[in-house]
Amino acid sequence: MQWSAGAAIVLAFSINLAASSTKSAECLTCHDQEGAHFQASVHNSLSCTDCHTDKNAYPHAANPPKVKCDTCHAEPAHGFAASVHASVSEKACQGCHGDVHSILAASNPKSSTFPSNLPRTCGACHGDTKLAKRHGISEVYSMYMDSIHGFALTKDGLLVAASCSSCHGSHQILSKSNPASRTNRAHIAATCGNCHAGPKQDYLAGIHGQGAETGDTMTPVCTDCHTTHQIARVNTAAWQMKTSATCGNCHQEKFETYHDTFHAQVSALGYVETAHCWDCHGFHDIRPATDAKSSVAKANLPATCGKCHSGVNASFVSYQPHADRHNRHEYPALWGSWIFMNLLLASVLGFFALHALLWLNRSLAERRGRGLAPAGGHGHE
Amino acid sequence: MEYENRSATIADPVSAPDRRPVSPDSVVRYYSRFSLPQRYLHGFIAVTFLGLAITGLTLRFSTAHWADVLARAVGGFGTVLFFHLLSAVVLSVAFLAHVANAGYRIVFRKEYSLIWGPVSMVPNLKDIQDFIQQFKWFFFRGPKPKFGRYTYWDKVDYWAVFWGMGIIGLSGYAMWFAPFFAKFIPGSWLNIALLIHGEEAILAVGFIFTIHYFNTHLRPDNFPMDLVIFTGRQTEAELKHRHPDEYKRLVETGELEKLRVPPPPRWLENFGRIFGVTAILIGFVFLGLMITAFIKD
Repeated sequence: MQWSAGAAIVLAFSINLAASSTKSAECLTCHDQEGAHFQASVHNSLSCTDCHTDKNAYPHAANPPKVKCDTCHAEPAHGFAASVHASVSEKACQGCHGDVHSILAASNPKSSTFPSNLPRTCGACHGDTKLAKRHGISEVYSMYMDSIHGFALTKDGLLVAASCSSCHGSHQILSKSNPASRTNRAHIAATCGNCHAGPKQDYLAGIHGQGAETGDTMTPVCTDCHTTHQIARVNTAAWQMKTSATCGNCHQEKFETYHDTFHAQVSALGYVETAHCWDCHGFHDIRPATDAKSSVAKANLPATCGKCHSGVNASFVSYQPHADRHNRHEYPALWGSWIFMNLLLASVLGFFALHALLWLNRSLAERRGRGLAPAGGHGHE
Repeated sequence: MEYENRSATIADPVSAPDRRPVSPDSVVRYYSRFSLPQRYLHGFIAVTFLGLAITGLTLRFSTAHWADVLARAVGGFGTVLFFHLLSAVVLSVAFLAHVANAGYRIVFRKEYSLIWGPVSMVPNLKDIQDFIQQFKWFFFRGPKPKFGRYTYWDKVDYWAVFWGMGIIGLSGYAMWFAPFFAKFIPGSWLNIALLIHGEEAILAVGFIFTIHYFNTHLRPDNFPMDLVIFTGRQTEAELKHRHPDEYKRLVETGELEKLRVPPPPRWLENFGRIFGVTAILIGFVFLGLMITAFIKD
């Protein structure tokens, strides 16, 4: 749309090309500085007076009206006016597109809005901790640059990797609290899914995606698990070790009971290969155990457990990965064992502690008694 | 009596370690209490127990900071588990060797004295009487019991190993070879296996690092440690004092002189001291770490 509009404008002005270039040449006798950049800019086919509409005569009027980009760029300007930047940005278009006479096409690798340059452009403000603090937002630039997207785009030069505008849009950037925003919870799956089509499809098939579809605001969206600007590679141990706690943010009780298991105990010692939530439950298409397609459906358990435990059978999978020893009704045998062991511990240690204290007391008394009677001989040997 | 002992045993290596007898055989007579295989058995059990305790507590309290530090220091969870399993196997072998040896001596050599009598580990009426008498003594209501070869707390220590091996060992192997064991037991028992493995282990660790250390080493009579399990020998005074009934029996049966041994070499005593102090310190450190983890949990 923008492109076709731009092409039409260029076409329209090129009809007047001869006349306008003559006029521009006149302007350049004074404004030669701007002229040099302008010749290389995306607007070089325009004449000065196309934008500076008041400057047809010399000397110029005393209070010239402001140059209006929206004369041609109506749609971006309209979007910008509705965006979060409208109220805070003094420079409007130039803030991102740079000096007005040197603006390059976004497809030009030298452009400030070329995908791999965009993070630095946005970072000019969003990498400023003071500014971030003033506006109550996060300093996202460094987070993004260390993320998998930032690395892919700026280090590996993958232009398909998400830059700022991939998620936030360009002109009409809205607050995530705005229901129309691309980064609003309701649209996150669609926004991420623009690139990550496969995970999106899986997610929408799973219980979380189903919940999101029906408008359940408690259900997680992509960013709840993957974060927003700090998205990390999922195949690193560092990230995988954090995933269980992430699930635990919502599934608190399951997380606590998981913590009582050997899986969690060895995970805490940095053993990434042990079962974490997603090893059993999957990740994007997590389904409830009642769903026959679920990895934790009873019929699928031998295969799921068998990913790690070779030679499992139907009996093995009756293991309770979330057993709660405090729950007498659901896990009576475990509860009973726990009570028995506690009683055993308390009685054995308690009894022998008492035994030792009495012994200590008696032995010390014996020593003191001997001290009083150095000739010795209590006769109880 | 005690003072007489002191003067008579001025060269006693236990109570006066710095003063060696001029002539080894002059005043102090030593008698064998533990055979070399018995001392090795205790050594193996002690070392593997410490190995299991260190690695096991690290696994059990894995969320504690010290556990993470310890695991990282040795190269991660894999190393911790490896030494846990290695210690378990060595301990199991030592334990089974003892059981097999005892079984062989009873069945083939017909040493029924192992099953019943004054040198047996099997508790008997006298142990109950000694136990009651000991409490009377605690409360100043009577003299110290006249213990035989093994006191009642010796027997508790001994049989506790059987109980512990049964509970911790079986549950441990069930978890180690879970898919195999699941052929015979329901998988949900593995939940119970981990629970009782951990709880029983805490009992064992708590018992050894406090009760056993106190009963055998740290109580005022034996402080700072009883070297008999390391040297295998005790002086005549120690034998008389600690096991008067046994002494009386040995004199009466004329067996005493058969047990006469030369004094322990100095290196062996020093080895015993280093071993003992190390074991006690490791025990106290991990007892402390366990308690801090309990409090924070």
